[in-house]
Amino acid sequence: MITLTVDGKQVQVPEGTMLLEACQLAGADIPTLCYDPDLKRVGSCRMCVVEVEGRPGLVASCVTPVANGMIVHTESPRVVEARKVILELLLARHKLECHTCEKNGNCLLQDYCYRYGVTTSRFSGEMPKFTKEDPNPFIERDYDKCIMCTRCVRACEQITGAKAISVAYRGHHAKIATAFDGNLADSTCAFCGQCLMVCPVGALTSKLSKGKGRAYEVEKVRTICPYCGTGCTIELNVKDNKVVGVTSVRDEELSPVNKGALCVKGRFGWDFINSPERLTTPLIKENGEFREASWDEALDYIAEKLKAIKSEYGPDAIAVFSSARATNEENYLIQKMARAAIGTNNIDHCARL
Amino acid sequence: MAQEMRILLKHADQINPESAEDYIRVGGYKGLEKARGMDPRAVIEEVKRSGLRGRGGAGFNTGLKWSFVPQDIEPKFVICNLDEGEPGTYKDRIIVEKNAQAVLEGMAICGHAIGSKKGYIYCRGEYPHLVQLLNKAIASAKACGVLGDFDIEVRMGAGAYVCGDETALIESIEGHRGNPRFKPPFPGVAGLWGKPTVVNNVETFACLPYILVNGADWFAGIGAPNYPGTKILTLTGDVVNRTYVEVPTNVTLREVIYELGGGIRGGKKLKAVQVGGTSGAFISPEYLDTQIDFDSMASISATLGSGAIFAIDETRDIVEIVTRISRFFEHESCGQCTPCREGTFRTREIMERISSGKGSIQDLKNLELLGKVMKDTSLCGLGQAAPVPILTTLKNFGHEYKRKLI
Amino acid sequence: MANYKEIIATYKDKPGGIIEAFHAIQKEFNYIPEEALREAAKAFGLSEAEAFGVATFYSYFSVKKRGKYIIRVCTSAPCMVAGGDKLLEALENYLGIKLGETTADGRFTLEATECVGQCQGTPVITINGKPIPEVTPERIPEILSSYK
Ligand SMILES: Cc1cc2nc3c(=O)[nH]c(=O)nc-3n(C[C@H](O)[C@H](O)[C@H](O)COP(=O)(O)O)c2cc1C
Ligand code: SF4
Ligand code: SF4
Ligand code: SF4
Ligand code: SF4
Ligand code: FES
Repeated sequence: MITLTVDGKQVQVPEGTMLLEACQLAGADIPTLCYDPDLKRVGSCRMCVVEVEGRPGLVASCVTPVANGMIVHTESPRVVEARKVILELLLARHKLECHTCEKNGNCLLQDYCYRYGVTTSRFSGEMPKFTKEDPNPFIERDYDKCIMCTRCVRACEQITGAKAISVAYRGHHAKIATAFDGNLADSTCAFCGQCLMVCPVGALTSKLSKGKGRAYEVEKVRTICPYCGTGCTIELNVKDNKVVGVTSVRDEELSPVNKGALCVKGRFGWDFINSPERLTTPLIKENGEFREASWDEALDYIAEKLKAIKSEYGPDAIAVFSSARATNEENYLIQKMARAAIGTNNIDHCARL
Repeated sequence: MAQEMRILLKHADQINPESAEDYIRVGGYKGLEKARGMDPRAVIEEVKRSGLRGRGGAGFNTGLKWSFVPQDIEPKFVICNLDEGEPGTYKDRIIVEKNAQAVLEGMAICGHAIGSKKGYIYCRGEYPHLVQLLNKAIASAKACGVLGDFDIEVRMGAGAYVCGDETALIESIEGHRGNPRFKPPFPGVAGLWGKPTVVNNVETFACLPYILVNGADWFAGIGAPNYPGTKILTLTGDVVNRTYVEVPTNVTLREVIYELGGGIRGGKKLKAVQVGGTSGAFISPEYLDTQIDFDSMASISATLGSGAIFAIDETRDIVEIVTRISRFFEHESCGQCTPCREGTFRTREIMERISSGKGSIQDLKNLELLGKVMKDTSLCGLGQAAPVPILTTLKNFGHEYKRKLI
Repeated sequence: MANYKEIIATYKDKPGGIIEAFHAIQKEFNYIPEEALREAAKAFGLSEAEAFGVATFYSYFSVKKRGKYIIRVCTSAPCMVAGGDKLLEALENYLGIKLGETTADGRFTLEATECVGQCQGTPVITINGKPIPEVTPERIPEILSSYK
């Protein structure tokens, strides 16, 4: 075990622990931007710097291993000054429009500026003009708000494995880009939205939820994605009794199957819920036209037809095809119905939507 | 009168650098032969005892660096840093052009000491002729059988100063963007493809054959005791002789500029000298009697760095020159970490503002604060050194800035 | 654009060799064409986005078409004090293009570079990698006349 002192408090941690975790254990609240517990660390935003006595510069706590006898200050004047300057540098390149930003209230840049009282930047000057329209139905890419934490790049590679985006160009011109700096739709992007999930600011947001309510306005209802048998945990974002978006839960305990990762259907395929085209009653086709019917009528109608087919051609003339969108229990029941009630083993389902 | 002392460049232009035979004729590959007759540990001890410190800029004891390499992990790699991107520096090019075989021999000595069979030379993209020269030199050494089972491959950079940083260099050999890695782990433990790797500068490697042949004590007795040996300097700017010299490390800046460099052009007065390349400190003439060795330079808050000596005369506008330097760092920042990516961009903006007469006193304060934070928080040496020319000129030539303010 | 596949194939077994392959491609085409970049990504097991990230990181690589001869003017401090800035201006005027542009006949592209390590002969330009020391505005016509 390694013993060190953080803000006057002694803590013991196993060798190989990073300072960030050790400081957190000691109760310190270290601001981080590029750090993400599920992604490889890059130590590049430098927000998490702390002062270690005897070291010439400040150290990035997220990538600095602990050492015996370290004396660490997490909010010394030198640390606070550095964090303020870093925030001001980020603000200087940031299209600050919190009043209309989707991420208002749910944005790390905003939170840290609030925490350190950074209102404007002493380093303001030329602003980047990266943004151009990316015509896809799902993801709004506004790189004029990007802080280059590369979380999206790492999530795309390390969670989804799509490797659709990377850092292109160099220095201050560096930006997140697909190959040839084109549109997501022309890349290997699967529109899973993992990038949007990890983005700490408003650079990546959902086009589908745009203008429908910020994080603090919606009620989050945890449920299971209805699309396939994987059973990913999702959170319906509900405002005024309407689903206005889906977010995911990254806590492994609450989201054991997917740990926050989703696919395009789970994350973006929720707008059918309020669709006027959605069926609300059974329909029966007569003379080529659908007409509304009651459940009783529809079920009687189906039972009669099935019976007729079975008695004329035998039970194996019938096949039952169930849906992966149904739950295990529902799928169990339908196979029971096929085998016991109809008497056929012709039962299958669509493995995945 | 200060004189050159040529060890690495003793046979310059007398031997064909491509030819191992030529080199052997003047005593080459004796050091490697001697090293191979020694226990690897003893070689490391010998190098440590010689006091040889890295010539790439950081001045770390070479033998000590090798001693950190774990023995039980295979494979291990030796990398020769021929990225030489520091403006005003071309000494590694001269060493290769004049004495390439000594570099190969030094790498093989290191290979024996740390137990590596594979070396890489990372040559900057600006030196394609050296890639050809080195490939021929390697072929010649192989044909003579002197390298034994030690293999050397040349890789070429493509115009990125930051790839001179050993970890960025490793990333580049791996075929990636040249983003420096955070340390630890150090390359000695986890370097190229995650394996133990020693990265040394060309000049460092070239010293090794002579240390092995003549002994650690001989080397330790040359020049400044804390940074022994010779150093190849490249003189640029307003000196009469824009040239390179190999000198013992205890010569003074004055001797270098006024004796070897022939003084300042047109009989003008020296205004300042920047030592160590573009990331070095600007030194005012009152410090000219300082020795060039690493620790003496450090004692006046300067760095020997790559050994570039850039002198400017009294008529030069230092703010304009530093503005130009700030553009260099903006251009060369890898863009990975916030303080350097954003900081180099903003310092360039502020410097341009000041240089064009539109700066305010607040700009000076902001520069100082920004420089301090860049030094304190940047991930690699580039961002940490980028503010040095600004901060040192603000301190030593502050009046030149103030004169330009609105 | 016949042989970029062959070029890439020669480097394919070099671990990390994509940069070497890019050099070889550029030697042939003076820039890295889109198809060549895609092919290189595949050969070296990188995603196309990553390969694009590598190509755009290094100043000596270009993903845009360039002229037959690439003139680079060193703008680092040692060349600057030796007259590099005036030289650059003179080149712009002589060629009738701005920094980063290519002449209408596709012959010359003008770029700035940081120090090329030839500081014994400041100011320096390079043409397709070949350094030419001590260039003065007066010498420009004579130097460029040998590049047809
Ligand atoms: C931005 C940057 C650029 C560097 N450029 C070079 C270089 O061109 N050549 C070099 O030998 N070392 C360079 N270094 C230092 C290397 O990281 C490394 O310390 C050196 O190659 C080790 O060799 P040495 O111990 O023999 O000096 C650079 C470091 C940084 C941070
Ligand atoms: S990303 Fe954050 S700081 Fe930027 S405009 Fe949106 S809420 Fe404000
Ligand atoms: S949506 Fe998914 S696949 Fe597309 S860029 Fe984002 S993380 Fe990558
Ligand atoms: S888009 Fe978001 S996640 Fe990606 S680098 Fe920018 S700020 Fe980070
Ligand atoms: S200090 Fe500059 S060059 Fe170094 S990692 Fe940070 S951005 Fe890259
Ligand atoms: S959180 Fe540590 S550097 Fe970004």
